[in-house]
Amino acid sequence: MISVAWTAVKVIFAVATGLNIAGFLGWLERKQSAVLQDRIGANRAEIFGFRVLGFFHPIADALKMLTKEDYIPPFAHQPFYAMAPGISLGFGLLGLAALPFGGNITAFGHSVSLQPIQSPYGLLLVLGLLSLGVHGVVMAGYSSASNYGLIGGLRGASQMIAYEVCLATTLSSVAFVYGTLDLQQAVLWQGRLLFGFIPAWGIVLQPLGFLLFLTAAAAETKRTPFDLPEGESEIVGYHVEYSGMKFGMFLMTDFVESIVVSGLATALYLGGWQVPGLHLAGALGGLIMVLAFLAKVMLVLFLLMQIRWTLPRFRFDQLLDLGWKNILPLSLLNFLLTVWGVYLWRLR
Amino acid sequence: MAIKIKEVTRPPRNFQGQIFIWEVWLGLLVTFRHLFVNLWRHTLKAMGIKTEPGSVTIQYPEDPAVLGRRARTRHRLLKREDGTPRCTACLLCETICPAKCIRIVAEDSPDVIIEKRAKSFSIDLGLCVFCGYCAEACPVDAIHMDSSDVAITAYDRKDMIWNMAELLEGKKSPSIAQ
Ligand code: SF4
Ligand code: SF4
Repeated sequence: MISVAWTAVKVIFAVATGLNIAGFLGWLERKQSAVLQDRIGANRAEIFGFRVLGFFHPIADALKMLTKEDYIPPFAHQPFYAMAPGISLGFGLLGLAALPFGGNITAFGHSVSLQPIQSPYGLLLVLGLLSLGVHGVVMAGYSSASNYGLIGGLRGASQMIAYEVCLATTLSSVAFVYGTLDLQQAVLWQGRLLFGFIPAWGIVLQPLGFLLFLTAAAAETKRTPFDLPEGESEIVGYHVEYSGMKFGMFLMTDFVESIVVSGLATALYLGGWQVPGLHLAGALGGLIMVLAFLAKVMLVLFLLMQIRWTLPRFRFDQLLDLGWKNILPLSLLNFLLTVWGVYLWRLR
Repeated sequence: MAIKIKEVTRPPRNFQGQIFIWEVWLGLLVTFRHLFVNLWRHTLKAMGIKTEPGSVTIQYPEDPAVLGRRARTRHRLLKREDGTPRCTACLLCETICPAKCIRIVAEDSPDVIIEKRAKSFSIDLGLCVFCGYCAEACPVDAIHMDSSDVAITAYDRKDMIWNMAELLEGKKSPSIAQ
């Protein structure tokens, strides 16, 4: 009973952290794009005359979303229409709970795991949750009884399925190196050193895999240059009929899924909560673990944002070409090389 | 001026461009450079050290808007040397206006050489599309679009209709007056 409650607390903590980071990303997205385009960015929202670099804009956004009229198109399929944003966001948030925010520590006489949902198949769990998110997209497009929405949803589905295959292939090679599907074990594996001084992080062992993963992850989370399903400003996307908080939930889904894939990237390629040269244990160690993990996640998110504001959008056929004809063969090649490499390493 | 033709050579589709990754890296270098240079300038400015500005943003309502020299702004009726309006009520502007937002009532001018003048002249700025045709059509150069006023606002549609006196002298929009 205690353990169930404790897990619930951890899950809620992970979800809350994720949602806070998502709000922060709303700010970061605006400001980063503004600064790199020689602008200032949103800076008008103020509370009692304080503006604090536009930090209140996410709050103003949320207020606006909550108070806007939630218009349901008369021909929409009501239950599906209402469920779609929840499915998108819900599975994204669950994915957060499976990330290894920290290792197993002993604090105040108790042994605690800092990973909310610990499972020997954690990687598969996160991947599965990410793919379930696709259903929200398709459902939204289908149920809103709009041809534009439907086409947008189909576009989203074919893109996400294409890149899911690449994602799974790339991740299977890194899982092959660690010999486990447990995210916690993978992070622990990365604690060792190569040749005595290089941390054996996934990015060192699988540089090509990291690049492929980043590309596929950007496509999977519908971030520019792969944001065709939504096409924020030009192409009509699957959520064209949504308004108010339901639209806001789709927006949040984007950020939350970015956090999930950044967390995956951190856990599998950037050494997770490991800090090279530090042996982390106890309560303080746990704190450092969580902070290190979040810092690495923020770094990946920052990189993803920067890529987003650097590259123009792909055309849809180019996008599928890139996925099926370039990234998938490359990830298969990467897998083959990894298998041979690991085989030869074990023969040694 | 004779039309000049500029040949634009397409960049060749080479291997380097087709594997994306190198070009993405170059693009990232550009954006990262902008990001960090601008951040550095903002930081210096926050510490009170004079540098190049970190952004080109004009904070509009506080700072004045910067308009192009040929920007078409709110109309202005011009006067002769003696202070009477130049307009001879020829109705060319009213005729050409695509938005049909000019209303002119003509009357006889006491000056026999001028013959005609406008009794009333109004433009519905809420309908105007700022095409500039009226200023171009006017044969006596009586109407210009160079008042540099773009903040034309009102709380009522009928307040967007400016009469002759207002067009001659200009009036303050309520948002600016407050
Ligand atoms: S600018 Fe164009 S639309 Fe406006 S009053 Fe003149 S002719 Fe009419
Ligand atoms: S074209 Fe010029 S002179 Fe003729 S009515 Fe218009 S403003 Fe007056």
